Amino acid sequence: MTTRIVELRQGILKKNDELARGLRAQFQTAGVLVLNLVSSPGTGKTAFLERTLRDLRTGGARVAALVGDLETDNDARRLAASGAPVRQINTHGICHLEAEMVTKHLDGWKLADLDYLFIENVGNLVCPSSYDLGEKIRVALLSVTEGEDKPLKYPTLFNSADAAVITKIDLAEPCGFDRDTALQNIREIRPNIRIFETSAKTGAGMEDWLAYLSAERAVRNA
Amino acid sequence: MHELSIVASVVDSVTESLAAYPGARVKEVRLRVGVLASVIEDSLHFCYGIAIEGTRLEGSKLVIQILPVIARCDHCNADVELAGLQSFRCPRCGEPVNDLRQGRELDIDSIEIEDAEETVTP
Repeated sequence: MTTRIVELRQGILKKNDELARGLRAQFQTAGVLVLNLVSSPGTGKTAFLERTLRDLRTGGARVAALVGDLETDNDARRLAASGAPVRQINTHGICHLEAEMVTKHLDGWKLADLDYLFIENVGNLVCPSSYDLGEKIRVALLSVTEGEDKPLKYPTLFNSADAAVITKIDLAEPCGFDRDTALQNIREIRPNIRIFETSAKTGAGMEDWLAYLSAERAVRNA
Repeated sequence: MHELSIVASVVDSVTESLAAYPGARVKEVRLRVGVLASVIEDSLHFCYGIAIEGTRLEGSKLVIQILPVIARCDHCNADVELAGLQSFRCPRCGEPVNDLRQGRELDIDSIEIEDAEETVTP
């Protein structure tokens, strides 16, 4: 009886990674900037996205969104009120979005007719960090009500992000939000990350955020 | 939370590879998992026991090698190992590090198999 080692050396998420690479190439060819929004449940991803879609559309941009939740199409209905095409992805128990779900839900959309596509992930700060969706920019969101140490508690996600958005800053004062500590914690985990301090309610910080999106899109299409 | 689906992918990939080794018995499946991979070692072991039931991997042992974060420090001009995940700074000079060289792996490294005994004709 002989025992031997067979080298496999392959990514466990190889199938997802391959699909994501394909999506990324497709997005690039179409000239659409794709963002993957990740946060805990309750951070305000949907409110932030509602505001972003509305403001971008007002500025004449062509936008669309995919929104992931375990159940219900409540978020898709909320986002669709902005007038943008929106599709709900129901994962039925799965704690994150995968590239295959994105592929399926893009069916019939003409990507070349879009400037921006937002993918709102399932509310979860752990599992989405392992799954590439083909996005160009991964955005980690954190609200002032959650505690300044969230980036330290969930370093795997924050370290994988390209931009961080602090939401609900209109509530910073009543919540006793320690801004300096929060910014420091984010940068400790992800040095050099772009940070935006926003309020979907008052519109604070949206101008910076929209300028960033526009600049990133220009880089893509240069 | 997603360890079961990770382990299910491992079982699928290994089963596919085993097609080239008919009759072989799997003794070990070796993974390389970075500390930034967002998976919990204990959960992987727990799920593995369930996922291999009734497959060609049944009876095999899961061996997980955990990999620390290694980052490029431009200041020291060296690859440095981080002690943990609370600070992405070079342990030597204290400068922030952005360029990670290791730590996100979620790979099947190898499998150890035992070939079937040769049929002896009496």
